[in-house]
Amino acid sequence: MISVSVPAGPILELQGVNKSFGVVHVLHDVDFRVYPGQVTALVGDNGAGKSTLVKAIAGIHPIDTGTYLFEGKPVTVHSPNEVSALGIEVVYQDLALCDNLDIVENMFLGRELTARGLLDEARMETMARNALTSLSVRTVKSVRQTVASLSGGQRQTVAIAKSVLWNSKVVLLDEPTAALGVAQTRQVIDLVRRLADQGLGVVLISHNLADVFEVADRICALYLGRVAADVKASDVTHGQVVELITAGRSGSLGLAPAQAAESM
Amino acid sequence: MASEMTTVSSQSDVTLADGDFAGDVHTNETFGDALRGYLQRVRGGDMGSLPAILGLAVLFVVFGLANDRFLSALNLANLVTQAGSICVLAMGLVFVLLLGDIDLSAGVAGGVSACATALIVVNLSWPWWGAILVGIFCGASIGLAIGVLRAKLGIPSFVVTLAFFLGLQGVTLKLIGEGGSVRVDDPVIRGLTISNLPVSIGWAIALMVVLGFAGLEVYQYRRKKALQLSHAPLGVVIARLSAVAAVVLGVTFVLSVNRSVNRNVEISGIPYVLPLILVLLIVMTVVLKRTSYGRHIYAVGGNAEAARRAGISVDRIRISVFIVCSSLAALSGIIAASYAGKVSAASGAGNVLLYAVGAAVIGGTSLFGGKGRAIDAVIGGVVVATIANGLGLLNQSSYINFLVTGGVLLLAASVDAISRRRRSSTGLA
Repeated sequence: MISVSVPAGPILELQGVNKSFGVVHVLHDVDFRVYPGQVTALVGDNGAGKSTLVKAIAGIHPIDTGTYLFEGKPVTVHSPNEVSALGIEVVYQDLALCDNLDIVENMFLGRELTARGLLDEARMETMARNALTSLSVRTVKSVRQTVASLSGGQRQTVAIAKSVLWNSKVVLLDEPTAALGVAQTRQVIDLVRRLADQGLGVVLISHNLADVFEVADRICALYLGRVAADVKASDVTHGQVVELITAGRSGSLGLAPAQAAESM
Repeated sequence: MASEMTTVSSQSDVTLADGDFAGDVHTNETFGDALRGYLQRVRGGDMGSLPAILGLAVLFVVFGLANDRFLSALNLANLVTQAGSICVLAMGLVFVLLLGDIDLSAGVAGGVSACATALIVVNLSWPWWGAILVGIFCGASIGLAIGVLRAKLGIPSFVVTLAFFLGLQGVTLKLIGEGGSVRVDDPVIRGLTISNLPVSIGWAIALMVVLGFAGLEVYQYRRKKALQLSHAPLGVVIARLSAVAAVVLGVTFVLSVNRSVNRNVEISGIPYVLPLILVLLIVMTVVLKRTSYGRHIYAVGGNAEAARRAGISVDRIRISVFIVCSSLAALSGIIAASYAGKVSAASGAGNVLLYAVGAAVIGGTSLFGGKGRAIDAVIGGVVVATIANGLGLLNQSSYINFLVTGGVLLLAASVDAISRRRRSSTGLA
């Protein structure tokens, strides 16, 4: 493995994490780091353990062994609520937005601001608009239009803008471009970049290596539950990443041959 | 999409900084824009209460031509009290329908609760308010039971409430005894529908309502404008104000005319049930539109999984709407008992629930969940009561009444289903 030197320490770090479901050992001694202001791409084939790793970070699956460090301090997380309280936001693939509510209502869902017992619509609308503005979102006609009238890319934007609204420090995006067309993918990729430029630690889970190379600063490749490589995006080629995903190793990079074989 | 939006922003001739929310045209929308937007929504299937209001106009013309007594002040006052219990029951059903559930037992839950209230007044001589509180508590308990069975056991609401529909009729029968009835003589409970507010107080309340509504609307308009939030243009605010003022003052005028057929007695003024409905309407609208609880109801109705992930307790919301529904059903049962002067074994059975579901759906509440307002129940309730009242005046046999009401419900449900399809194809939720 190649270690990369970066100015700031990781904001989120997992060390030697193991996770099993019954007899199936899904994550083997996984080390994973997210740096503020950088986009870390998490790549791997189906079944490599990407979703399990995300769910472990999100607090949905508690880890068996290993250390979970947030801002350098070890934490134990038991529920998604504790994780979002830390400032970690997960945007799932299916987005989970309410079609019958408007953008502002969706962004504040479950965390509505109230004044004297009633909803503080004025503050919510202003904050939502500011969050969208800070991401230079210009494709939405009105923050008061229902989510049903938005395109796939716009819906993704709303889900992502939620994390800016709540001053999250780390955002995990699960396949944000999987269902989008070319122009919309472009919008979302730009948005991902802007999130990182605002100093957030961004994790991008994606199958699309073009997107990954376009926006990621670092690439973490999982192979059958192990980290095959955690490298700077500029240090590897497209072909090398494909080999890491499919075989767990590429030249001097990746798992030792014995380990790669053992994982099979 | 992106290029389309750029044209919008360049057309509006406003120079915006790079970070500006360039596409947000809502803040400087004109009356014409709003009207076009509304027509577009209607064409797209988001019709709200429009079919009900048009239907009401047609019904008034038809019944007015068919029977000269229909538009008399006496009959219109009668119509208001007839609509009372339907509106209250429909308001409760709106909460359940918002989650996409149904409560078939709401009518008979009202019957049982009214029966409890009446028996307490007759047998225990409790004061009216104590008896009504017990009745509402009775309704709330029924709602709690239904809600828990629906949310925790996951039985479809259709089945749970059908079981309660049958079971609760048995309870009423047992409480009253076969074929009997309990008289409602309490002056306050009975007076709810047969007594009227003094004319001067009626006018005072009507003026207060109009001025209060106008004050609130203007305040919100100016505040939103000052804070640069999206708001309706002034023309829309004025149109809305005029409509409310016309309805409130018009109804007050009709109800303030002497409607007695006997020259020696004067009957005039607003029946007490009308201000009661108005208060309920305001409270329920505030709860649904201005509280997080109401917001969560819409969220669960729109996408329960998204609501769950947002940290909303879906089960608790589901149980609570059944409690609200059955509590309002209890109140509705008491109003119906006040109108009839008695509670019988058949109270709340028959077509009571059909009327209320019809009222909610005709008013614009969707059977598929996530869409509906408290005012829908009131508008729809008036439509249903008008049908019942008009057909009654025409001396039609009751089979016609059943056929017409069933047909209207089916029509409203079809409109709901079709407009939902159109909404999803035009992306209007």
